[in-house]
This record gives sequence, C-alpha cells and structure tokens, in this order.
Amino acid sequence: MRPRPATTTSSCRGLSNNVSGLHLLTIEEAARRLAARETSSLELTEACLSEIERTDGEIGSFLEVTADLARKQAKKADARIAAGKDIAPLTGVPIALKDLFITEGVRTTCASKILHNFVPTYQGTVAGRLADAGAVLVGKANMDEFAMGSSCENSALGRTSNPWNTAYVPGGSSGGSASAVAARQALGSYGTDTGGSIRLPASFCGVVGLKPTYGRVSRYGVIAFASSLDQVGPFATSIRGAAALLGAVAGHDPRDSTSIDTPVPDYTSGLGSDLKGVRVGVPKEYFIEGLEPDVEARVREALAKLEELGAELVQVSLPHTEYAVATYYIVATAEASSNLGRYDGVRFGLRTGEEQGLAAMYGRTRDQGFGDEVKRRIMLGTYALSAGYYDAYYLKAMKVRTLIRRDFIQAFERCDVIASPTGATTAFKFGERSGDPLAMYLTDVLTISTNLAGLPGMSQPCGFDSEGMPVGLQLIGKPLDEQMLFKVGAAFEDATDFHTKIPTSVAA
Amino acid sequence: MKLTHDDVRKVARLARLELEDTEIESLSADLSAILGYIEKLAELGTDNVEPTASVVTMQAALRADAVTNTRNPEKTVANAPATRNHYFVVPRIIE
Amino acid sequence: MSKGETQRTELDYVLEKWEPVIGLEVHAQLLTESKLFCGCSARFGAPANANTCPVCTGMPGVLPVLNKRAVEYAIRGALATGCKINPVSRWDRKNYFYPDLPKSYQISQFEKPYCEGGEVSVDVDGETRHIRLTRIHMEEDAGKSIHEGNSEYSLVDLNRSSVPLLEIVSEPDLRSAVEAAAYMRKMRSILRYIGICDGNMNEGSMRCDANVSLRPRGSETLGTRAEIKNMNSFRSIERAVNYEICRQADILDAGGKIVQETRLWDADLGETRSMRSKEEAHDYRYFPEPDLLPLVIDDDLIEKVRARMPELPDARRERFVSQYGLSEADAGVLTSAKELADFFEQALAEHPNSKAIANWVMGDIIRLANDAAVDSEPDFSKIPCSPVQLAGLIRLIDDGTISGKIAKDVFGKMCGTTETAATIVEREGLVQESDEGKIGEVIDTLLAANPDKVAEYRAGKEKMLGFFVGQVMKETQGKANPGVVNKLLKEKLTD
Repeated sequence: MRPRPATTTSSCRGLSNNVSGLHLLTIEEAARRLAARETSSLELTEACLSEIERTDGEIGSFLEVTADLARKQAKKADARIAAGKDIAPLTGVPIALKDLFITEGVRTTCASKILHNFVPTYQGTVAGRLADAGAVLVGKANMDEFAMGSSCENSALGRTSNPWNTAYVPGGSSGGSASAVAARQALGSYGTDTGGSIRLPASFCGVVGLKPTYGRVSRYGVIAFASSLDQVGPFATSIRGAAALLGAVAGHDPRDSTSIDTPVPDYTSGLGSDLKGVRVGVPKEYFIEGLEPDVEARVREALAKLEELGAELVQVSLPHTEYAVATYYIVATAEASSNLGRYDGVRFGLRTGEEQGLAAMYGRTRDQGFGDEVKRRIMLGTYALSAGYYDAYYLKAMKVRTLIRRDFIQAFERCDVIASPTGATTAFKFGERSGDPLAMYLTDVLTISTNLAGLPGMSQPCGFDSEGMPVGLQLIGKPLDEQMLFKVGAAFEDATDFHTKIPTSVAA
Repeated sequence: MKLTHDDVRKVARLARLELEDTEIESLSADLSAILGYIEKLAELGTDNVEPTASVVTMQAALRADAVTNTRNPEKTVANAPATRNHYFVVPRIIE
Repeated sequence: MSKGETQRTELDYVLEKWEPVIGLEVHAQLLTESKLFCGCSARFGAPANANTCPVCTGMPGVLPVLNKRAVEYAIRGALATGCKINPVSRWDRKNYFYPDLPKSYQISQFEKPYCEGGEVSVDVDGETRHIRLTRIHMEEDAGKSIHEGNSEYSLVDLNRSSVPLLEIVSEPDLRSAVEAAAYMRKMRSILRYIGICDGNMNEGSMRCDANVSLRPRGSETLGTRAEIKNMNSFRSIERAVNYEICRQADILDAGGKIVQETRLWDADLGETRSMRSKEEAHDYRYFPEPDLLPLVIDDDLIEKVRARMPELPDARRERFVSQYGLSEADAGVLTSAKELADFFEQALAEHPNSKAIANWVMGDIIRLANDAAVDSEPDFSKIPCSPVQLAGLIRLIDDGTISGKIAKDVFGKMCGTTETAATIVEREGLVQESDEGKIGEVIDTLLAANPDKVAEYRAGKEKMLGFFVGQVMKETQGKANPGVVNKLLKEKLTD
C-alpha cells in the first residue's frame, strides 16, 4: 500500500468546532455528569458522532459508524438514568469496538475481504456485556486484518492514520480503537492484544491501553487470531477510565473455558494514593540497542517520577527476552493457521472459484480473501505444525515459553510491577516497515513476552519525542494484579499532565 | 532454513491457498528469512523443560448436559453464499 | 465371477497360508442430550441444520465448552473395558479441510487420551479370546455431506457436527472376520449395557474402521495394512474384512506389495476400493487445543461414576449361572443383550421359575426379536410382549390352569396387546379341564363308540392309546388336562 501524502493536523482546522466539548471528557467525568444529570447520553453520543463526522475522513478510525444504533442506545441509556434504576458505570458512555468483536446484527469484518459481508446472528460476550451495561456503540474500529500487524497498515478495508500526525501509523493491530480514543471520537474503546496490539497503538496514539491477564476477559465473540495469547482490553484517555472499561467486561464467562473464575475487584477504587512500598522492577533487557533516545529519555524520566512518588526502583532481569519474538511467531502463527481454516467459503463470507469445483473454491476463496500478511502467517504456522517439523518448531516454542514465564516469576520475587518502554520507537511513517515483515515483527519486541506469560500489561502516555509523537510507558503486573497497574498508573497520571495533551486535530 | 518454491507449494496445498507464482516467489524469500531468525531458538537447551500450551492453570468448569439452544436453522445459514432448504450448498464433493 | 461367490473356497485356501491380523477402531456416539461442546441437541433425525448453533457450525469468534455428562460416560466406558484412566489428558486439534468439518479442525485427543490399556473378552466358536485395547479417546463428530445423484453440488448438514464420540482402538489382536464381527458385537453389548451408546449402526451411532494386514502363518512380524472404512453393519464387517483378506492374498501371492491406504467398503458391489483422493497430502498438524484446558479426571469423579455403573455382561452371566442355576451357555445367550437379560429378570421377579422363563425367552422371545430384526440383528427393544405378560402365562402353566400347548396359542394372542394371559384364557374359555368326572364321561362315550379300537388295544396294540388321547383332546378343544386324560384312559381301557 502506498502511503498517502502526509497531511498536517492543521488541515482539519477549517471545519467548524464541536461546540459541546463533551467528546473531550474522560469516562469518569462523563459518568459523573450523567449520574448528576448534568448531561445526557444522547448529547455525549452526538458530540462523538459529530467529531467522527468531522475528522474520520482524515483519520479513518472506523470501518462502520453505527450512528442509528448509537442514538437508539443513548436514548435507552437516558431512560435508564432517568428511571434511576440499573445504572452501571458505563451506562450512556459512547464507546467503539475493534471490528473483531462479534456484534449481533452489526457487520463484523476483521478488516478482511474474506468477511466483508459478515453480519453475525449471535452476540459476543464483550458486546453483550456492554449492551447490558447500557454503553453506546458508536462504531466498529479498523485494525490490521485478523489482528495481524503492528501498524494497522494490513487492513484490507481502510486506512487509519495517527491523529497526532496523519503521516504516521497509529500502531496495530488495534489501530482504529486507539486512534478513535486519541481523536476523541469515542470516550473509550476496546481492542485485543495478542503480542502488543493494544499497548503499542496506545503508545503510538498517546492514550492508555491495557491488556489484562489472559483469561480475565472472555474471548467468546472475539474472532480468534492466536487463542492462547489473545486478550481483550480497553483504551481510554485516563487510567480511571480504563479501569471502568475493564470492570465492565471482566469476569468469568461460562462460554469461554479459559476465562478465569475469580471475582472482579472494583478497579476504580483505591486509586490516587502514593507509591510508598511499591517496588518497580526495571528489566535491563528492555533498555536495548535500537531504543530511540527520546523514548529512553522519557521513560527514564517517568521512572524518576515514580521514585519521587515513593516507589523503589529495582533492577530485574528477564534473560530470555531475546527469544520472545521467535517464540511468539511460532505459537501465534501455528494457532492462527488452524483458527483461520474456517474461512473456506462454505458457511459465510467470501466465496470465489466455485465454478471450478470444490478444491478451487477453497484455494481461490482463501487466496483472494486473505491479505499478504495473513497468508504469510498461515503459511508459517502451517509449516511449523506440519509432519516432521512440529518438535523443532512448535514444541520447542512451547518450551521456550515456559522459560519466558519463569523469567517473570523470578523477577516478581523482587518487585511488584515491571516498568519499561512500550515500543522501542514512537510511531513510524506509513510504508516505513511494511516492506520487511521481520522488521515489523521486531516492533513488538517489548510487548510480546507479556502475552507469552499471560500477564497484565498497560501502556500510558509519558511524554513526546522531538517530532511531537507520543511515548508510552509500559507497566507489567503479576497475574490478576491489574489493580497494581492502575494504582501506579493513576499516581503517575495525577502527578503529570501528558494525558491532558490532545492532538491539534481534535475540536476544542 | 531455506524454503524452496516446492516447499512453499506443498505448505500452500496443506493450507488450501491457491497462490500466484509471484506470491510463491516472495513467500519463499520471506519465510526463509523468518525461519532463519527463528533458528535462534535452537541455541537454547530445553531438554528438561515442560512445554507451556496454556498459561491458565485452573481446572475447566464443565457444562451441564442440557439442550439450551433453540432450533433456528435460518440463523445458521443466514450468511451462507449458497443454501437450499437450510442445507449449505458446495460444489460436489468427490470421494 | 464376483468375489462373493468364490469367497468361501478362496478364503479357506488363503487362510491356510496367511494369517490375518486385524485391529478395529470403533466410533461410538455417546447418549448425551446435548453435543460435546455446545447446547445443541445431539439427537438423530432433525431437519437440516436444525440442531446447530454458532459453536457447532464454526462461526467466527466462538468457543467450545465441554459437556460434563460426556466425560462421565467416557469414564464408564473406560471402567467397563478395564482401561487405565489418565488423571490429566489433553485436547488436540486435528486439522483438515472438508465441507462438513466447519472449524477445519476436529477437537480430539491425540497425544494424551483420557484412558489407555484395557481388554475385552470375545467368545468365538466356544473359545474365549482376550482382545487388548490400545486406548479410548473422546472426540467430536463431523457433519454430514449429501451427494444427490449426478448433481454438481453437495449439501452439507451440520446437525451431527460436534456430537460426542468415543473412539475405541483395539490392538491388532483379531485373527478373522468372524472375530472382528464378534468383537464389535461384544463392544456394542458392553456400551449398551452401561447405557452410554444406543449401538444403532444404521443411524451411524456406532461405526468402525478395520486395519487389516496379512502375514505368513508362523510369522510374528506385521504386514503392511490397509484401513477399511464405511462398514455399517456386522455383516458388512465380516464381508469387508473377508474381501480384504482375499484381495491382499491375491496381491501377495502374485509377488506384489500391499499399499498402505484407506479403502472404502462398498456393500452393493461387495468390494473395497481405494480412497487415494482423500489420502492426498494428509497431514493433520495436531497441536494442543488452546480453547480448552487439559481434562482432569480425579479419583472422586471416577468413584462417583463407578458407584453408578450398571452390571457388565460377563459379570451378569456368571451371576445368572450361580443365582439361577442356568447353564453357562443359556446364561450367555440371556446376557448377550442387556434388554434380553433385563426381560428375563423382570419376568423372574413376577414368577420364580428360572428354567421355564429361560426356555421361553430363548425360544419365543428371541424369535420375536429376530422377526423385528434390522439388518439381521435382533431388535430387543421391539419385543411385542412384556416380561409381566410372559410371567403370567408361565404361572398359568405351572399351576395347571392351561396346558403347554394352549399356552403357545395364548402367547400368540397376547403378543402385541396389553392383555394378560389370564384374561385371554378366561375370555376364550381355555382353562384346562382336570375334572375326572367330566373327562371320564367323554372317555366313556368315546370307548362306547369305538369297540373295535378298544379291542385292538386290549389285544396288545398299545399305540391305540394315542388315538384315544387325540380324540379326547379334540372333543374338549384341547382343554383336557393331558395327564388326567392319560391316567383315566389307561384305567378304563384295562378295566
């Protein structure tokens, strides 16, 4: 894909401003105003829809804007609030969903030609829980096709730009979910993270993005990329907003055998304390060669801030980090090669070549329906599982995965949370890495281990590089200790103002 | 690890991908490079290491044996490219 | 000339030289209400895709959740065959493309099945053979493809998709087609006894594949095997395996080599044929199913299942011998099917004459089941007579109300109705006449009417007694008590 000519953010300025300003609210502030009946869900929703209308031609966060549905849901939420009954933290809050969440009656494409016309007749758990909570769906967000990519350039159905500078990618794979929140087109959104697909775009777009512990959020209704790694998580402009979003969807689901059956705490409570007694581990393997100086400088400053807030910094080691990318690209592609077998033109989605018989129908539907990166990964995964290679690749990777998990178990004996950069670089320009698959894979070098170990990880804004592009601070926690990430994140957020900076394209 | 064009064709057959010749060309190069990178795993001794297939260590809750779904074949075939009397229709399967 | 016609002689010749080595893979559908991984009905016979949902049709984003009863039934199967249950087993994906396999993989157990080992005893020609089991594992079934005539299209119905199956794999311990069929019969009997499979081969709820190879008699090494599929009756198993034995012998005798392949049994043509098209590039790429956690079967669960295990066929046979004084052979017949053994014991509970009930069950009841046979297998679920009815009938014989001969008539009239034997006997006036006065009158009249025959008898022609008995029975419409008739005739004729 040839990048469009770079446009500056000022090109949006000619359009009229979004008068209410409600799209600028954090989720916690919107929830407070809704509860106090200072504003209505419909007003909030209209503010987001008009911001989408104003800016999405340029940014391209959405594959589908569900304006009618959103207005209907907003009115229902307002009625619920008026009745004073059954009000949940997200009742009336406009949100966006990555287009791999199954939404009953709303086209769900995974940004793939092979699902271009797929309208689910069933509801996924995340979409269902959000609907039950009274959240308002404004649209389905763009992504790398089947969540395979780190830049959002692999979408077959649309191009998403970074709201901070449209010459840059938003990161991937949940690029549209991140850009929608960064561009204040929705107050929050959800994505999935298989190797960094929430944290990296959160970092590139300057918002908070959290990948919870594997199993914390149900995967029922999440179109699978790599089943043992995929996890659902939120994007928000604030830590407290992200905490509220996680709380709304977390918890055991009898329809997902891998979902964890432990109670969900109130993630929004107990935030805002200092960090006395908190040991922050700094892994030397995450401050690597190739780390951009600006990124390293911002993250070091952030670590100093945490220390200032009472935390104790400790050196830790994660010695198998250098093997994580290789391990990941076997495990993830092997699972993907199997998960993507069902796109065969028989029961849904694209079908071509049927006039040439069954074999041609399979081969052509899949060749024409999948993009290059998806095919590359299906091929790699198929190869790694094929007769004679299983032990050398898949079995080996599962064993190295054990070593990577052990690294974290040992590190967490010495600390409560691990801090590092989210990406080695800030957002890059369109086309910069898309010609070299391996270079693109290495973009995820600092986020992948978290998925292999199943741990919670979060990215939050911690400053900007010399080009004005956001830098992300990554926090990694112990299993099911999302609260620690929120606690540290909130303390940092309260003591800094990075989260208050918004792209100039956003209407004030 | 170098993947020849024939290797790529064989894998593509397994994966039911009818690739163009140009795709075979580029995939052979890409996959060889990626597999070359992955070879670094061989450096690690893992003889006595248990494999991790899943990070979830709990026991799975099982489902009670009850019919909970209502019949709705229309929904099942709603997205199908070709159907007849609620069957999916495919080009003839040759045994 | 077709193989079928020459099979017997050819087979005898073949078996002199070659020893068949046969292993069976039996697929048994578990009798759960719902499917293995979703809440759709697992019942047979619904309209196309009626019993389907997003999970069993492999829609994007869905996940499997394991059926608890399927696991309990599987444990029963393991306990019934003496298998060792693995405390932790694993689910794997078996990947292949086929229109009736919606996810493009089958969830199965490959590397670590839930149980291994075990043994089943099979009686063939009075000899007991112990057939070892390699393993049993759980898996989901695929859907069904329908090919209509010469249509360019096939139809896919996913009602069967994800229905729970056990795959029971035997060691190659079977040595003839007859043994293979007997093993399948025994397996069916066991599965039906423990209530986990209806054994209905017609509907596909029990199927098997056979691995067949030959080796020269006396040799211990295994030959190259062919896998035979699509045998959907006991008779098919026997015919297909015998055909395959002959086919392989022909090749080996001509100096050829057996190709390891899958062959499809065609019951109409009576032959197996190669399925090389399906074999092409089969590489199932098994790997651990990431959507399911390992299956943990702890001792508590095993003991819970064991406590509810029904009695098994072999144990029941031994009990029938010791408790009811039946012969080994009779006990074997009566316990060959659970329904038959249940019938026997239910009748016995009504009327404690084990010998008489056993004889009736092994005679008339089995005959009725054979009349209702499907594919030459007796159907014991369709016996048109209840155990209580049979017991009532035998009681009437034992207390002298009716004769054995009348009983046969009453039995015929009783079948297919809900009437008791007593009702029929009463209504039709079939009560046996034992009154010596009344029978004596009949005899007196008879003897008076036939002085010549009486004289013949008295002259030593004792065979004439039969004539008189017949005449009395005729005169009384068979109701006269034969014992009384005999006794009185002898008295009066010797007067």
